[in-house]
Amino acid sequence: MYTAVSPDNLPSSKPPELPDEPLFVVEARKSGIKFHLKDWWTYRELLYFLVWRDVKIRYKQTLLGAAWAIIQPLFTMLIFTLIFSKVAKIDSNGIPYPVFAFAALLPWIFFANAITTSGNSIVGSAHLITKVYFPRMIIPVAAVCAGLVDLAVAFPMLVALMFYYGIPISLNILLLIPLVLLTTLLAIAVGMWLSAINVRFRDVKFLIPFVVQVWMYLSPVAYPSSVVPAKLRILYSVNPFVGIIDGFRAALFGQTFEWQPLALSLIITLALLGFASRQFRKMEKSFADIV
Amino acid sequence: MKPIIRVSDVAKQYRIGARQDAYSTLRDAMARALRAPLKRLRRNGRGEADTVWALKDVSFEVGQGEVLGVIGRNGAGKSTLLKILSRITEPTTGRVELFGRIGSLLEVGTGFHPELTGRENIFLNGAVLGMKRTEITRKFDEIVAFAEIDKFLDTPVKHYSSGMYMRLAFAVAAHFEPEILLVDEVLAVGDAEFQAKCLGKMGAVASEGRTVLFVSHNMAAVQTLCQRVIWLREGRVFEDGPAGRVVKNYITQTSSSVATEKIWDDPMTAPGNERVRLRCLRVRPLNGSTSDTITIRTPLVLEFEFWNLEPGARINLSLHFFNQQDINVFITAPIHEPEWFGKPLPLGLFRSECYIPGDLLNDGLHRVRLLVVKDQAVVVYALDDALTFVVNDAVERRNAWFGKWGGAVRPNLEWKTEYLPDEPTEN
Repeated sequence: MYTAVSPDNLPSSKPPELPDEPLFVVEARKSGIKFHLKDWWTYRELLYFLVWRDVKIRYKQTLLGAAWAIIQPLFTMLIFTLIFSKVAKIDSNGIPYPVFAFAALLPWIFFANAITTSGNSIVGSAHLITKVYFPRMIIPVAAVCAGLVDLAVAFPMLVALMFYYGIPISLNILLLIPLVLLTTLLAIAVGMWLSAINVRFRDVKFLIPFVVQVWMYLSPVAYPSSVVPAKLRILYSVNPFVGIIDGFRAALFGQTFEWQPLALSLIITLALLGFASRQFRKMEKSFADIV
Repeated sequence: MKPIIRVSDVAKQYRIGARQDAYSTLRDAMARALRAPLKRLRRNGRGEADTVWALKDVSFEVGQGEVLGVIGRNGAGKSTLLKILSRITEPTTGRVELFGRIGSLLEVGTGFHPELTGRENIFLNGAVLGMKRTEITRKFDEIVAFAEIDKFLDTPVKHYSSGMYMRLAFAVAAHFEPEILLVDEVLAVGDAEFQAKCLGKMGAVASEGRTVLFVSHNMAAVQTLCQRVIWLREGRVFEDGPAGRVVKNYITQTSSSVATEKIWDDPMTAPGNERVRLRCLRVRPLNGSTSDTITIRTPLVLEFEFWNLEPGARINLSLHFFNQQDINVFITAPIHEPEWFGKPLPLGLFRSECYIPGDLLNDGLHRVRLLVVKDQAVVVYALDDALTFVVNDAVERRNAWFGKWGGAVRPNLEWKTEYLPDEPTEN
């Protein structure tokens, strides 16, 4: 089975040379909160595997599988079309309403799902957090990134709709890449912050659906941002999602870009990201003790 | 020698009972919440709650290639220490410096997802433990062979038997090669074979010159596998020294806290009921007193004195022995005792003695449950943990085997082996 180890039959082979500086130092973190870029590099494969896991298991044991990634925005679009276009007669700036709504629903549903799964991710990973060390931030970030796959799956549907309604596709569509990146960063910021608070206050779990709902009506998902009076536009654009959705529509439908809301969106997203990661790092040290 | 782990003045404080005041009424709660909503939030978070020090002033160094044992009772801070060393939680004060990668056999199965296949879980679990993808790919075949799951490699692990699941989980953990290995046997649930695998892996790791921290309640294993032992007691390093000495002191201390003798002088307050009352209980070596050390070789005598309060009752005692794993080792009753068994007992004091031969009980803590049975059928009185005593291992009976000597009993049986040179051998 196994042999005994006594001092006599110990190291026969020469043990590896130890480094002069400690590889890791474990101590109570001081107030200065460093962002460990080195850690992120070391654990990049774990991030990859966690995203891969989330993608793999998302539609396991479902009948329709990845089709849900299309069904969700498609049916929301149909309902919106019925209510906002047919009943409320909202003007969609000359764009056919279904494709107008779908263009906004793609980033919105990605964002809403991302902050929901991400916000619950730390609590849902208690078994990992109490057993093994890795930068905790990887968990909410992986949850957001996994949602990008859904976005990619639903995207051809948007292209198909544009074909159907005869909307020409220009090179402007490439602008979606930085816009998706911006949406991802915003989702990471919000999701990360919520996930950390969720550890101590499980109220967050119940709060997230409200946040998602209210936030959607504060964003031009079902209506164009032009319905907001010009006087209030700056205030309205403080919501970083306004710039994102307007950007999406401008890129897809060849409309003129409004840089001001977009710039504001970028600034606010980065500020939120900085704030959320600081808060996260402040709270993460007690995760293993209270999760 | 240069230390691979340096622990300096580490302390860890935990909150217990985070919320202090229970609100008496909903109205009260609402009133308070309205009056000071922020205060309430803040108090939930931190502050006035009771705190406890799980570790205090812990300092030690571990040299490269050293096999260090960590012993102590449950709640002494062993698990907290391992959590700090593996960076899962931060110390409240103090500092730990690690000069190598740390891995642990307490993470067996961490990150396994039931919906994923064996193959997928090997990669996921490996990444969680800190292995590179190339490293996992290189060791993949070895892991599969070790776990003996090749036929089920592409089956989701939720369909695995628990044995297969454990084997796979252990195989991944065992092929992670950190410079420092933490083994928490207390947490390593599993059968004897699995524990033996853990111990075997530990021996192999140590012989390669890597460092091992071994947390265990199995003193025989600690004493043989470790050169040095740290004894944690109430969060502090109580003793740090050569394995033999520390383990011996620990066993002596543990043994003194058990109940080998109980005496009640007043029958009115003694345990019992209107039918029977106890006067005294005692366990001791056959030729010794209740404070003498008991080893697996020692013949024992258990003494019971009791008052029979119901004239003419046909009562007898029955003893149930349980070991540390709560396994019922055996049951004994005086059924072959001609004097009183099955006969009516007059009112008054009785004394029963039960003799247990040496070379029967295995080592470890034993608890005796005492039953008083009437008419060989009805339990009229029962006392849990009537006596508790520790049976120590006898080194002269171990030979080359250093693990926990499994089994509920430890008989010394006769063997006979013959050399048969005249029998034809098959070739």
